[in-house]
Amino acid sequence: MMNLIKSLGIWIAAAILIVILPYVFPSGASITTMCLMGIMIIFALSYNMLLGQSGMLSFGHAVYYGLAAFVTAHTINWAIKSGVPLPLPLIPVAGAVTGLIFGIIFGSVSTKRAGTAFAMISLGLAELVYSSSLILRSFFGGEEGISADRTKLIRFFGYNFGPQIQVYYLIAAWCLLCVILMYAITRTPLGRMCNAVRENPERVEFVGYNPQLVRYIAFSLAGLFAGVAGSLAAINIELAQASFVGAAQSGAVLLAAYIGGVAFFVGPVLGAILVTYLSLTLSDFSEIWVLYFGILFVVIIMFAPYGLSGLLMMHAQFWRGPLGSRLARFGRLFGAYLVAAVPALIMLGGAILFIEMIHHVAQKGAEGANMHFLRRNYITINTHSVLPWIGGIVAMIGGFFAFRLSWPTVANAWHKALLDAQRSGA
Amino acid sequence: MKWQMPKKLLGLAAVGLVAGAGYLALPQKTEAQGATIKIAYVDPLSGPMAGIGDTGLKNFQYILEDINAKGGANGKKLEIVPFDNKLNAQETIVQVQKAIDQGIRIITQGNGTSFAIAISEFVTKYNERNPGKEVVYLNYAAVDPILTNDKCSYWHFRWDANTEQKMAAITTFLQGRKDVKKMYLINQDYAFGHGVRDLALKFLKEKRPDIEVVGNEVHPLAKVSDFAPYIAKIKASGADSVITGNWGNDISLLIKAAADAGLQVNFFTFYAGGTGGPTAVKQANLSNRVFAVGEGFANIPHKASQDFEKGLRDKYKVSLFYPRGVNQMRMLAAAINQAKSDDPKKFAAVLHGMKFEVFNGGQGEMRASDHQFMQPMYMASFGPIKADQPFDEEGTGWGWTIAGKVDTKDTNVSTTCKMNKPS
Amino acid sequence: MAELIIISTLNGVLYGMLLFLMASGLTLIFSMMGVLNFAHASFYMLGAFLGFQISQWAGFIPALFLAPLIAGGIGALVERYGLRTVHKNGHVAELLFTFGLAFIIEEVIQMIWGKLSVDYRVPTWLDFPAFTIYATNYPAYKTFMLVFSIAIFIGLIYLLTRTRAGLIIQASLTHPNMVGMLGHNVPRVFMLVFGLGTALAAIAGVIAGAAYVTQSNMAALLGPILFVVVVVGGLGSLWGAFVASLLIGLLQTFAIASDWSLNKFFGDFITPTRGTLLFDVWTVTIAQIGPILPYLLLVLVLIFRPTGLFGTRET
Repeated sequence: MMNLIKSLGIWIAAAILIVILPYVFPSGASITTMCLMGIMIIFALSYNMLLGQSGMLSFGHAVYYGLAAFVTAHTINWAIKSGVPLPLPLIPVAGAVTGLIFGIIFGSVSTKRAGTAFAMISLGLAELVYSSSLILRSFFGGEEGISADRTKLIRFFGYNFGPQIQVYYLIAAWCLLCVILMYAITRTPLGRMCNAVRENPERVEFVGYNPQLVRYIAFSLAGLFAGVAGSLAAINIELAQASFVGAAQSGAVLLAAYIGGVAFFVGPVLGAILVTYLSLTLSDFSEIWVLYFGILFVVIIMFAPYGLSGLLMMHAQFWRGPLGSRLARFGRLFGAYLVAAVPALIMLGGAILFIEMIHHVAQKGAEGANMHFLRRNYITINTHSVLPWIGGIVAMIGGFFAFRLSWPTVANAWHKALLDAQRSGA
Repeated sequence: MKWQMPKKLLGLAAVGLVAGAGYLALPQKTEAQGATIKIAYVDPLSGPMAGIGDTGLKNFQYILEDINAKGGANGKKLEIVPFDNKLNAQETIVQVQKAIDQGIRIITQGNGTSFAIAISEFVTKYNERNPGKEVVYLNYAAVDPILTNDKCSYWHFRWDANTEQKMAAITTFLQGRKDVKKMYLINQDYAFGHGVRDLALKFLKEKRPDIEVVGNEVHPLAKVSDFAPYIAKIKASGADSVITGNWGNDISLLIKAAADAGLQVNFFTFYAGGTGGPTAVKQANLSNRVFAVGEGFANIPHKASQDFEKGLRDKYKVSLFYPRGVNQMRMLAAAINQAKSDDPKKFAAVLHGMKFEVFNGGQGEMRASDHQFMQPMYMASFGPIKADQPFDEEGTGWGWTIAGKVDTKDTNVSTTCKMNKPS
Repeated sequence: MAELIIISTLNGVLYGMLLFLMASGLTLIFSMMGVLNFAHASFYMLGAFLGFQISQWAGFIPALFLAPLIAGGIGALVERYGLRTVHKNGHVAELLFTFGLAFIIEEVIQMIWGKLSVDYRVPTWLDFPAFTIYATNYPAYKTFMLVFSIAIFIGLIYLLTRTRAGLIIQASLTHPNMVGMLGHNVPRVFMLVFGLGTALAAIAGVIAGAAYVTQSNMAALLGPILFVVVVVGGLGSLWGAFVASLLIGLLQTFAIASDWSLNKFFGDFITPTRGTLLFDVWTVTIAQIGPILPYLLLVLVLIFRPTGLFGTRET
């Protein structure tokens, strides 16, 4: 009983958070951003049913997302035209069904194989679908796509979903529902079998299960949830377009899931939030934001293979014993982090300055020597002077060595915290 | 060692701080945060099409500097604020939303009809749902006729001639070129390419029924790396001229492949003047065989526009790709002045049906029935520049020579637009 | 018709040989390390830009040798300091590492050379029509590309099957532990192979960049096709990559040359109305779907012959 309340509590807290978020961040841009985050959370979690739970690396997950978006746009238009009383909140069901159906169709050919072959088939299927989207105009609407007006549907308790805030609550509700469902799936025998197939398919066969079938079911379900995400995306911008099934969309969800960390359920949620936020805001600071994004991704792969959630979960082991000692332990640990963070930030700042100056000289040299650092009009840097170059390089290299020097402090604090936690946990 | 290390560290960190960050603080220059009218420029600034977006941005920056030097609009300065739409429809809408949240109420965009339609529909819906906070969309390059026909909007204004007008201009020009007898159509396989193809067939039938269309081809958009197979087909068809709406690499590669195979035909193009096009034509050594249609070219003998072109090239090292951008911004400033307000609802009413002296000289009009700008068009051919021509392109030593001018009346195509004018 | 066939065959073989130059490096790397290098086409692009830059300074011939050397060196460094670190986290991590690397290379190239195409030209001494068939010129440079790629192919086969270094490489592919025990430095062999593979891609870049367009999106255009080649040919099989490259080159070129559609054959019996899905399917020509044929082939091969055409092991 206690456990039930505890696990329910998390979801109730999430629901409350979702309700109050628009009051904390009321601006139009933050509502829009949160809508996209909600969609990406569903999409990234559905992707993780493949990669994280079942060990299938897909380069074409956007196929189910995109096809569902198109069906959604067509469904809305059809409902308006034929006068069928279909309220907007039910429309994502059409997307879910679409995702599931295509998951069943394409899954039947691709899940027979695992590993690299699966990845390659997903790539091939994605290219096939994307290319046909430009040929089959009556369904995909050519490059213009299919647009739909969500407000023309029958009203839902007086709401017409014109204002973005109403759409936010629609997305948030579906997001919560999908997250709960996907979490529940990981707790079922099917979820466990998926993990087993990921770890060791041979052994799964020995105990009498068919790994292909397990993969197939997981794949179809992932298609279903991707369909919900795509459907919400189409509702959100009232448009479905060929880029929805494109490689960039498939790449984005892969990045989101991996950066968040595929080993934990919560990972893709964190990844979706971070990746959506960065891809929306980084471009305000720099033209070469994709470079920083790529570097972040590579750094995470090299040094934090379990992603952000992995880094967070490493700290779970310190959360033991009486509350006071927990806090004291974390306090000391974060003190050490702070010591390391200063040189790390200096290194980062120097590197960014250096990269931005190279970019300015190479690409904007004709516009003169002065560069607005990170597009801030109040920081002007003269790229023809030697000083900022030296400053950038010194900060970068000096910061790097200082960071290396700080590392033993962190390691030391880590060990102490670990010992301390083990003592109090025993 | 435990607590000595941090001390050393802090020392090192301090050095880094002083050296790196310290400099940042030095040459701060705060710009006067006076009242400016901001215009959001929503186009690709990263990814494969970033080059085009970047060139457009530079064009607009110079255009606005010029306007601001002459007093701006309604006493305020105009400022262009870049937003990267990453060549993605969803991102386009989000960036427009972001711009609106920052208080920007004028949006300009040009690359990609699909994004243009998305913006036009978004802006129209937004204005319906948020009366009193209207936003206008100024379109400088998205040319699908649908934007001023079936999907027209009061809040959308287009300064570029649409596909139909451009094709009308090309075929009007062809009426004076009786040497053209066999035409081959090659276009990109998407809405725009199909539009070019269909309109070419329609207008050729009207204006030059004697021309035989010997081939009609669409190829995948931006995916072909070698056009040699297509050139082989053109050659086999016996065509003497080609009409193509290709842009970007698809036009450069097409022309390069034609030159490699020794195919000597005329190319009547929409976008041979785009980035990379002139270089390809020069490499192909197709002197005065490649034609482009446009509302203005650098070598048009018109003093004011040539001075402007020279100023832009000196400052930003790019050519004026968008003479229509000059018309757009100058008309915007004039409309704001006339309305004595930078409220879109007020100055849109002035733009609606506004007449204006265009950049290269001549009368233009923002047609009230569909918000399509009507202007004289030119056909130009690309070849070695002559003594009286000041401008070459992309450092090739070749430039555009005007081959013919098409008057406004010949591109005055009809519209099906039923505009919902707000009360 | 004969004209079209001959020209298409020439173009197809040329395109196929270019694909092979890249695919050979990719298949070597794949078979050795089990990593499908997503950044392989990026090294092709890097080769094209380096080739452009060096030929500006020193001419085409130095570019032809220096650019692959530099790109190969960068490749070796990537293996040493990047891939090797990631290796312990498994193949998925390695694959994703190269995925991220592709982003970075593209951005760095844009940072240095810009986003527009650069003016990389065929050297003037190769800029003339080599021969004329049915009044169509065949450029000398394309002939050079063809001869050069075939020479590389022969050289590669020789290197791998007739030299000591080649034998060690082949042995490291199949029996890394044994080779290690015989006293060879297997990680270094890996590093060299990665460098060699990327250098091969760069060579393709140097010669193709001049003939086509050298721009920062060229990797993204070609990348996916490369995977098709190595998978269809059979992983780890050079001959497979060779045959698959030619097959795909010819397939794409001949598809373009044909106007066939369902409508052409069955149009008399069924004429769908415009604007319906059936109409779209009915009227699409082979030329239009040419670029997607390789992916169709990929999916079919993986389903029906998982080892690829010439492969000996499953992917």
